[in-house]
Amino acid sequence: MPPRAKGNLRLRFKRDRSLVLMALPAVILLGVFAYLPMLGNVVAFQDYSPYVGIPDSPWVGTDNFARVLADADFWHAVKNTLVITAFQLVFFFPIPIALAMLLNSLVNPRLRAAVQAVVYLPHFFSWVLVVSVFQQIFGGAGLLNQSLRANGWQAMDIMTNPDTFLFLLTSQAVWKDAGWGIIVFLAALSAIDPAQYEAAAVDGAGRWKRMWHVTLPGLRSVIVLLLILRLGDSLTVGFEQMILQRDAVGAEASEVLDTFVYYTGVQNGDWSYAAAAGLIKGLVSLALILTANKVAHIFGESGVYSK
Amino acid sequence: MSTIISKAGPSTSTSKPSTSTSKPSKQSKPPRLKPERPVWDEEPGAAAKAGKFIVLAVVVLAVLGPLYTIVLTSISSQATITQAGGLVLVPGEISFAAYQQILSGGVVTRAVLVSVGVTATGTALSMVVSILCAYGLSRPGSFAHTPILFTLLITMFFSAGIIPSYLLVSGLGLINTYWALILPSCISVFNIIILRGFFMGIDRGILDSARIDGASEWRTLTQIVLPMSKAVTAVIALFYGVGYWNAFFNAVLYINDSAMNPLQVVLRSYVLQGVSVPGQVDVGTGAAAGPALQMAVIVLAMVPILIVYPFVQKHFTKGVMIGAVKG
Repeated sequence: MPPRAKGNLRLRFKRDRSLVLMALPAVILLGVFAYLPMLGNVVAFQDYSPYVGIPDSPWVGTDNFARVLADADFWHAVKNTLVITAFQLVFFFPIPIALAMLLNSLVNPRLRAAVQAVVYLPHFFSWVLVVSVFQQIFGGAGLLNQSLRANGWQAMDIMTNPDTFLFLLTSQAVWKDAGWGIIVFLAALSAIDPAQYEAAAVDGAGRWKRMWHVTLPGLRSVIVLLLILRLGDSLTVGFEQMILQRDAVGAEASEVLDTFVYYTGVQNGDWSYAAAAGLIKGLVSLALILTANKVAHIFGESGVYSK
Repeated sequence: MSTIISKAGPSTSTSKPSTSTSKPSKQSKPPRLKPERPVWDEEPGAAAKAGKFIVLAVVVLAVLGPLYTIVLTSISSQATITQAGGLVLVPGEISFAAYQQILSGGVVTRAVLVSVGVTATGTALSMVVSILCAYGLSRPGSFAHTPILFTLLITMFFSAGIIPSYLLVSGLGLINTYWALILPSCISVFNIIILRGFFMGIDRGILDSARIDGASEWRTLTQIVLPMSKAVTAVIALFYGVGYWNAFFNAVLYINDSAMNPLQVVLRSYVLQGVSVPGQVDVGTGAAAGPALQMAVIVLAMVPILIVYPFVQKHFTKGVMIGAVKG
């Protein structure tokens, strides 16, 4: 970006003061609701009590962190979180890519637009709504069990079964967001130069070979970018989804890091302990996204940001 | 981080002409009925075509099927629901009793009003703040441009966490106020970056000539930039609006007074926590059946999205997202 002529700082302020003024409300809101809470993380180093407040709560150093790291429940939440992330990476991540390639191969633009309009829709539904819809279809009194019973078969326990919760979660995520996920890949696909396909076809490459040698390389940088973002977000999985279904499947299967922080802190009032767990999560996430970017740079991809 | 800063601009700007009104002729032309396949692309075999069709049909059905049966059940009479054994697949007797019942005052009606109010106020506030900020940051090199931008971007990489956020909102005395549902989620840096990328793509010549004509930045924004950015502002307003309408956890966290609960919380208690919908017990004459009431609450939660979606949806692909996601 070409820098504007650098003048005297005061002159520049005079010239741009309406621009600065315009940005100010957003900066203030972020200052209060994003940066102040960052400072609020000091309660992780205290034995915080809401009755005495932050200034008067006793300081305990890193005791809370030591307690968190020695807590089996915390590690159980970590394990659940990572298992869910890994599972969704395998069973969710490729679906939008495949769907986008399928849509891209449709020649009729109207059919394509119609399918797109339908598959984007669930992304805009809330998690409460998505889980409610699943409940109506797969729940104990839902459509599936209703027709199973009508035909004399045994009803299936889907919504409250902790053993299959991983599949349930992932299908909900796929139903809600896989369609929306294709939007990025469609954009990348439309950026591939048709001449490349033509040249490949002239050289005798068939449908599959063109997909392997032209389409997939064209998608590579987007795939890497989204993988990085997902890996950086490894410790965040479906918070609302878990809270909504905790009663149904139990804490054992549905406890993830975010819910662990919420239930120990806000529900049980162990504020400092939960803040320590939350801070660990935030810092590890930050490290993860920086590392993932570094790795992307090593492989020659641009990543989320460049150096 | 400079890629985010620099990329959002140019990549959005390349896709800008298709979103703005500068090429109306190309947009208004209806797509050809028989689009041509490029000559090098061989016609797929009958099996491949059938396979594609089946996959697409299954995908579309998986999205629309559940919605169909839920809407249908919500407008079915007690007799039809009993006959179907729960959810209705084949239309029978139609009855709007469920809607009359939940919308004639009571918990659901109040929750709808709360959600509508929070969504309208919140979206308006978010849009004003975001548009101003995006425009203020749309001239790289202006005073304090980079520090302000970094202040925004850092929050995308590190968030404070649930506990300090809760302590802050309670410290500000916002617990059990509607502001707790609006202010903490008022701005999305991601949305600001999208808007900013779009504003940066607007031809500098137009802005310069406005300034030469004596227009202030405020006037340039409201009379020149905004009218050129209808598509992108519509999409961003949809993102914010949907965010407020769907917000659930903020209400669980910050609202303890059940009279102030938004619709999503009420939906949860009726459909997922098995609290019975008021009126469900008196299954006397004319009262709607339990399933119909539950479905009606579900439908209420999705209706605003279904209404707004078709108008905004066509703008998604036209470059608004493309530039933003790449950036």
